[in-house]
Amino acid sequence: MSRQQRSPQPAQPGQPGVRRSTLGRGAPPLPVIGQPVPPPTLTLDALGKKCPIPIIMLSERIGDIGVGQTIEVLADDPAAKTDLPAWCALKSQEFIRATALPAGWSFVVRRSY
Amino acid sequence: MAYFDAASAEPLHPSARDALLAALDDGWADPARLHREGRRAHLLLEQAREAIAAELGCRPDELSVTSSGTQAVHLAVLGTVQARQSAARGPGHLAASAVEHSSVLSAADWLARTTGTAVTITGVDGLGRADEAEFAVAVKRERTLLACLQSANHEVGTLQPVTGVAAACQAAGVPLLVDIAASAGWLPVPDGWSLLTASARKWGGPAGVGLLVVRKGTRWRQPFPADDREQRRVPGFPNVPEVLATAASLTATGRERGRDDAALRALVARIRAEVPRTVPDSVVHGDPDARLPHIVTFSCLYVDGETLVTELDRAGFSVSSGSACVADTRQPSHVLAAMGALTHGNVRVSLPRDVRAESVTEFLDVLPPIVAKVRETVRAASVSPPTEPPQEVTA
Repeated sequence: MSRQQRSPQPAQPGQPGVRRSTLGRGAPPLPVIGQPVPPPTLTLDALGKKCPIPIIMLSERIGDIGVGQTIEVLADDPAAKTDLPAWCALKSQEFIRATALPAGWSFVVRRSY
Repeated sequence: MAYFDAASAEPLHPSARDALLAALDDGWADPARLHREGRRAHLLLEQAREAIAAELGCRPDELSVTSSGTQAVHLAVLGTVQARQSAARGPGHLAASAVEHSSVLSAADWLARTTGTAVTITGVDGLGRADEAEFAVAVKRERTLLACLQSANHEVGTLQPVTGVAAACQAAGVPLLVDIAASAGWLPVPDGWSLLTASARKWGGPAGVGLLVVRKGTRWRQPFPADDREQRRVPGFPNVPEVLATAASLTATGRERGRDDAALRALVARIRAEVPRTVPDSVVHGDPDARLPHIVTFSCLYVDGETLVTELDRAGFSVSSGSACVADTRQPSHVLAAMGALTHGNVRVSLPRDVRAESVTEFLDVLPPIVAKVRETVRAASVSPPTEPPQEVTA
């Protein structure tokens, strides 16, 4: 999805008129929402854990799923929103999506190798 | 042992210390008064203003001294928007890059909240460089009152495309605020600005001095209660001795730049080359070439920034970090987030001018074992929570 499509989002609460992408141009592109993705093979609960612990959990457990399968990380540390996609880019794993939860986010990653 | 946080505050330049001490005796009086002491303070203040203006490439009457870089930015943003907006036509529009200093972004947020000014935050690439094309489109929007682009990024050191953006702003008839806080004293001032802002302590001047330059012909109106000080732009009695120290240090750094620049760049290049080689799972940020001479930033996977900074401090190295755990807000650096870069385990090394090459060697020696130690500690703390089955840890 291009920036132009993303930009007319409603303003963030408390910041009327401010349009700000959650991730910069350097971040991997956000995937199209609604694309069918099979349920994750493994879910890691990192809620309440500070970065880098969610990333450490992901790096230690991604080997437990098969290549092509997906792993979900639940986390609520604000840094996870940047660091999960950044880790995937560094490690050449495929970042599938981030979904907002009532508290925190669900991140889905596909093991690419 | 070494201080590597010059980008937060460079140690006072010797010339600034000398000027400050001399001026404490001669420049203490109110420069607005007509008596002998006041006239002397006024003369010193105006000499300092001329010297600073000569270094920045502006006219002395375009320059006002503020009490911080942040105050200079707030006055620049609010004063320009206030002067150019129209009550009849309603709120206007402001554009800024996503990696501006927080003072720019908070002034923009404040305008959005209190006046309904529309704000466009434009993106950056993975090196932290503002997207020139996106910025050019943003300033073409109808009733754009102000554009803000820093000369160089204060966290990752990448130079910004000021020349191209200035041309786009000129074509669109939009004033451009160039925040030179990160580069002033380290690099020449770029062309094309309508307003400049800077902070003296970032080049070795005293703390508590900011600079605001409003180019002749740029519409600007005091957004706060005014008095007759500093071209009616900054209320209150200026700290004359500190302004003199600011002028002395800026003149000296301009003179010494040729000598220091190459040595600093060589040390930064060494850190950029060695860290990825000696620290596994580390990544160096920012443009390798188009950059400030003295700042280098990297992130180490699986390490928390707070512990890393504390351990480096214990080993005698003072650095800063853009990791969330180090920030008062507990939010990761907005610069690293905008770049899509790893925010945890982040270290910013900013070398002071008098850095010794041996200190950099020592730093590069202690860094790998410190990262390894912190990784071990963090990893141990991350495993075996009671609700999860035991995990097999693979090295």
